Amino acid sequence: MADVPGSARVVVIGAGIVGNSLVYHLARLGWRDIVQLDKGPLPNPGGSTGHASNFIFPVDHSREITDLTLDSMRQYKEMDVFTECGGFEVARTEERMQELRRRMASAKAWGIPSELVTPEQVVEKVPFLDPSVIVGAFYTPSVGVVDSLRAGTIMRERAQQLDALTVVANAEVTDMTVEAGRIKTVHTTRGDIDTEHVVIACGVWSPKLAKMAGVHIPLTPAVHQMISVGPVPQLAETTGEISFPIVRDMDTFCYERQHGSDMEVGSYAHRPILHNPEDIPSIEQAKLSPTELPFTEEDFDPQLEQALELMPELLGNEQAEIRYAINGLLSLTPDGAPILGESPEVKGVWSAAAVWIKEGPGVGRLLAEWMTDGNPEYDAHGTDIARFYPHQRSKEHVAARTSEGFNKTYGIVHPSEQWNSNRNVRLAPMHASERDLGAEFFEVAGWERPHWYASNEALLGEYGDAVMPREAEWDSRWWSPIINAEHLAMRERAGYVDLSAFVVFDVVGRGAFGAVQRIAVGQMNVAPGKVVYTPIIDERGGFRADLTIMRLAEDRFRVVTGGAHGNLDRKWFSDRMPADGSAVVVDLTSAFTTIGLWGPRARDILGSLTESDISHSAFGFGTCQNLELGSLSVLASRISYVGELGWELHVPMEQGARLWDLVRAAGQPHGAVPVGIGVYGTTGRIEKGYRAFGAELDSERTIVEAGMMRPKVKDADFVGREAYLKQRDNEPESILCTVTVDDHTSADGTKRYMLGGEPIVTRDGEALVDGHGHRAYVTSAGSAPSIGKHVLMAYLPPDAAVLGNQLAVDYFEERYPVTVAAADATPLFDPDNSRVRS
Amino acid sequence: MTNVLVCIKRVPDVAGEVLLSEDGQSVDARHVGFTVSPHEECAVELATRVTSASGGTATVLSVGPADSAEQLRNAMAVGCSDAVLVEADTVQFGPADIAEAIADVVRTRAAAGTSYDLVLLGNDAADTGDFQVPVRLAYALDRPVLTGISTVELAGDRVVARGDGPDGTEIFELPLPAVIAVMEGGVSPRYPSIPGRMKAKRAPLETVTPDFEPKGSGRVRLTAPTPRVSTVEILGSGPSAAPAVVDLLLELGVVSK
Repeated sequence: MADVPGSARVVVIGAGIVGNSLVYHLARLGWRDIVQLDKGPLPNPGGSTGHASNFIFPVDHSREITDLTLDSMRQYKEMDVFTECGGFEVARTEERMQELRRRMASAKAWGIPSELVTPEQVVEKVPFLDPSVIVGAFYTPSVGVVDSLRAGTIMRERAQQLDALTVVANAEVTDMTVEAGRIKTVHTTRGDIDTEHVVIACGVWSPKLAKMAGVHIPLTPAVHQMISVGPVPQLAETTGEISFPIVRDMDTFCYERQHGSDMEVGSYAHRPILHNPEDIPSIEQAKLSPTELPFTEEDFDPQLEQALELMPELLGNEQAEIRYAINGLLSLTPDGAPILGESPEVKGVWSAAAVWIKEGPGVGRLLAEWMTDGNPEYDAHGTDIARFYPHQRSKEHVAARTSEGFNKTYGIVHPSEQWNSNRNVRLAPMHASERDLGAEFFEVAGWERPHWYASNEALLGEYGDAVMPREAEWDSRWWSPIINAEHLAMRERAGYVDLSAFVVFDVVGRGAFGAVQRIAVGQMNVAPGKVVYTPIIDERGGFRADLTIMRLAEDRFRVVTGGAHGNLDRKWFSDRMPADGSAVVVDLTSAFTTIGLWGPRARDILGSLTESDISHSAFGFGTCQNLELGSLSVLASRISYVGELGWELHVPMEQGARLWDLVRAAGQPHGAVPVGIGVYGTTGRIEKGYRAFGAELDSERTIVEAGMMRPKVKDADFVGREAYLKQRDNEPESILCTVTVDDHTSADGTKRYMLGGEPIVTRDGEALVDGHGHRAYVTSAGSAPSIGKHVLMAYLPPDAAVLGNQLAVDYFEERYPVTVAAADATPLFDPDNSRVRS
Repeated sequence: MTNVLVCIKRVPDVAGEVLLSEDGQSVDARHVGFTVSPHEECAVELATRVTSASGGTATVLSVGPADSAEQLRNAMAVGCSDAVLVEADTVQFGPADIAEAIADVVRTRAAAGTSYDLVLLGNDAADTGDFQVPVRLAYALDRPVLTGISTVELAGDRVVARGDGPDGTEIFELPLPAVIAVMEGGVSPRYPSIPGRMKAKRAPLETVTPDFEPKGSGRVRLTAPTPRVSTVEILGSGPSAAPAVVDLLLELGVVSK
């Protein structure tokens, strides 16, 4: 048996769908000296690919996941391993029908032909289904099944034909050597390999392999139960692998998939059954394969009854036997998304884990592009391994969130739904006070952030209908009219906001200026005391972040960015520090807390706390100063994400509670109120047209398309400059617009309020497709209480991005008229920005 | 109408490498789950066939831990109508104890009006391989016994049993009541259907506790044999390997000249 080569440019561990796709795409992009290892035999080494049900439903609420799925389907088809069969998601309840209507919105937003059908229409295609059990279904004709093992073999062979790949099966990785924070050697039972890159594409074993390099891949192996029943007489006449559409019985969290003369029933309904990667049996110890564990009947029994209800004659046939039943292992992650990219812990160690069959080839391509030049076509911030904060990598967090998330696989998940488990991990210094004020806490990155305060309920009386109350339960779930009342109070008087979740880091050193000037689009050649809001883009001109940078000294820049994505931003900066060590990134997230104070009375309130001159002439917009507030030394930065006069007040974490109390007490006579993230993150920004990373901005969007161009581009070179200049010279393919909803009345008279993700169409319901081939959809939605409108943001094709253009939004299969209110970044509220500059 | 009692044992479902528990008294089932031996699967199948032909009922019995209910329900899913679990620590129970526990159930049920004219068991347990319970049970019940049997059929008040002997098929005819130890191979056991599985969930399962002190097996510990080293002989590659493959197939008797 062949031993492994002594060195390689990259070692890919794992020959499941992900590893196989990756080696092919790396080879296609010019990589050579690729070594692929698996501890098992080929073509089925015993991982989750080997027992996958192999079907693909393309529609998902996430754009990025849908893109990866559609790309994978194209690849499977090109390899001729895809069989289209169609698929139904059936509803047993009206509540589920609502969810299917929401699914229609996603289907339209991503341009996937689908339709809602009656039970009788389901029976036309699936004659053995009892129509009396269901109320309707969502049908996608392009659903299909793939041969993922065959696809893997084809892709390995293609890489081998390019002379790029050495595959060694039955070679187990025993250890990895890391030197100076970078991977050096992969040790295997067949010899050692020196390498620059290692990719862990080991599915459920990934955490175990990662540990060898001192890296965390926060996933857990979990059981998905599956049985196969047959031979079924009704299916005896079928030819080939699949002849009937796949049925997802959404309310019972089960699916029924015909496979030759058998019917497979799979379930996500049972209790979460988690395993330790270390305790998965070896190939020798396992009865079937290491990831096909013994079936535990009692967990599946309730699903049998429900499956029988749906297909009584077919599954109730006494001659049809349960011939195969497993507890199959798959990978679950704390937030449900794959784990991709280079680990922030060790250079050259890449993760390609927690990927379903439906995304496998797309992920292979994405990761290969990422490894080649850092810039995959599809935005990857939601799947980037660097998104996890340390506590989110812990075993306890992974177990808690995956246990909670497992039964949501087919669940109805509200876009704002909060997690229940492992909360209260990161608490702001003013947390106790916030609790006393009746804060409704939402979590981001482990931080508990007040979304609104019950103590502000009295404001509802003050503002009446101006708080834009919502009648429909779905629209008002995880929402309160108090948010809009806080908003109005802030605009009228003042509000203070806990911003402890900010990620804060300094770039310091002799080379600091050069480094930030190269990373930021904005001009960083400014005097100390200036605050610069700037996009961060990549070489293609795609957005990687938008954040503020304070120049605190000649050689010190403080970066302040959002908690949700700040981890990625910090890695982006760290990865681009000068090689000579003349500048470094110092994380200060846990050292500082921030309180925002904004509103027309903000100056009066802050002025009552300090002797310094904070008049507009002494403390202008876009500057920062150290102020003495009582006994506290506070770094005050005059900027605003809510479009008001005011400051971000930065203090050491342990002084945050005192600052909070000072601001509260000083604010009281002015009618200032605590304001939650409902205002800061949505209402305050949306009526100002401020864009949010992760919603309007991601690596597939440009400064030009987002309407964030400044008149001039700085002369100094920066990452993405060339691409950005080119984008400025060309007509945009798509333009970010703000639209307002003209009429909220639904067919039954209820006023409805969109929450985001809905397709924007013409008044006649025609799709709007931009120059990239993307359909228009709502990137952010929210109340704009100061102008009394419900506001949506969406990228529109340039010919539709015209002020006053009358369009429509699809919401739960009804169309509501909307009008383009801004075809650029012009705010709907205070368009001259006189408030922030007052 | 002949009632059949079929006896099964919950054992680790070992297909590859056998792991032993720390104390060496049992097989470690951590990775593999539990099952019953193929002999017993065939015994259950025979019990189902015999009783559906005779109009009697098949009762399934196990001596073992509470978890044995899983194996009892599986047997009921493929045709047994009720189950008895003699709850006992099988490490403490030797073959004589198990035979006694089964005999107690046969006697108690007979006294209550249900007689088992035929008791079927597996030829030997998959984990401990003692080959003793059927014979000891027959002795305790004062019944004739056969071992190594592949098929059984009723013929009036007699039972016709067939098994493979050294010189071909051996056919026996026994008067009932009798005890028969089944070897796999005569019938293919069925898998449960979904209705069968659901019926089994609701079928009666009686749990009894033995009322005697077990004598034990006298077993000191189990040891796992040293794994046999598998050797691979490469016969050649490409078309030139064909003659060697043909020779091998002939040698194995898979093809003939």
